Amino acid sequence: MANKAAIGTVLGTVTFPVERGKISEMAQAVLADDPAYFDPDTPGGILAPPTFLQTLAWWEPPGGPEFPDLDIDFLRVMHGEQEFDYLAPIHAGDVLTATSSVADIYDKTNSRGETLWFLVFENSFVNQDGTEVARSRMVLIETPSPS
Amino acid sequence: MSIAPGSTGPEWDVPAVTRTHLVRYAGASGDLNPMHHDDSIAQTVGYPSVFAHGMFTAGVLSTYLTRWLGTGSLRTYRVRFKTQVWPGDVLTCSAQVTGVSEVDGEEVVEVEAQVCRQDGSVAVQGWATAVPSAGGAA
Repeated sequence: MANKAAIGTVLGTVTFPVERGKISEMAQAVLADDPAYFDPDTPGGILAPPTFLQTLAWWEPPGGPEFPDLDIDFLRVMHGEQEFDYLAPIHAGDVLTATSSVADIYDKTNSRGETLWFLVFENSFVNQDGTEVARSRMVLIETPSPS
Repeated sequence: MSIAPGSTGPEWDVPAVTRTHLVRYAGASGDLNPMHHDDSIAQTVGYPSVFAHGMFTAGVLSTYLTRWLGTGSLRTYRVRFKTQVWPGDVLTCSAQVTGVSEVDGEEVVEVEAQVCRQDGSVAVQGWATAVPSAGGAA
């Protein structure tokens, strides 16, 4: 089960600095070695790699953002999909404000007649100039109860 | 760079996945789910060992795409997680161009990409749009 009334709920807003060290850590963690992620002489500044926005987790309250009453069993939840729209480059020294919301909740029935619930969370990232630089979407799937 | 529809990216073989890769990704991302670094907890719920964060594998695929299409060339990136990746797995990244269009004078390339395990199973399927010449944003 899931509570469709939670669609549209804004979960919270977090403002965080884009740090050179965190860019370097993420780049190395995903096996990237392009100097643009490390060299301060890069035109425009050190660039954030495509999955840098995942580091938002470090800035959320311990245990993650406060969820509304979703009526979801998080022990049965899997990360199904992740999506990013890159609207403008993100550089070390930027300050981003992320706003999280519940974008959608829907269900599907699998071949065994069991119900799977899909929860779509969306983040919008706006930089210090008021420019929206990225959007991300995370699809979580609540798998059927073990029978 | 000019890329024709139907062309493929050069395959990229990633060194075998180690627990050090997973710990490094955990620290970088802030995803400290113990399923990715604590074997005893992973085994308690029935897994043979820890397994990779989906976003570790998706991050490696994004590195592959930007090595091929250009650093900072991505406009969109979407992934679907299909099979778990385990320590010792040897991953191969590959991609195909599914479309090329001109938007406001820029060549926009659409690609489908995947990370395959050594047995051929697809761990992560990905889709991206990129602007190899003028640059995208990530």
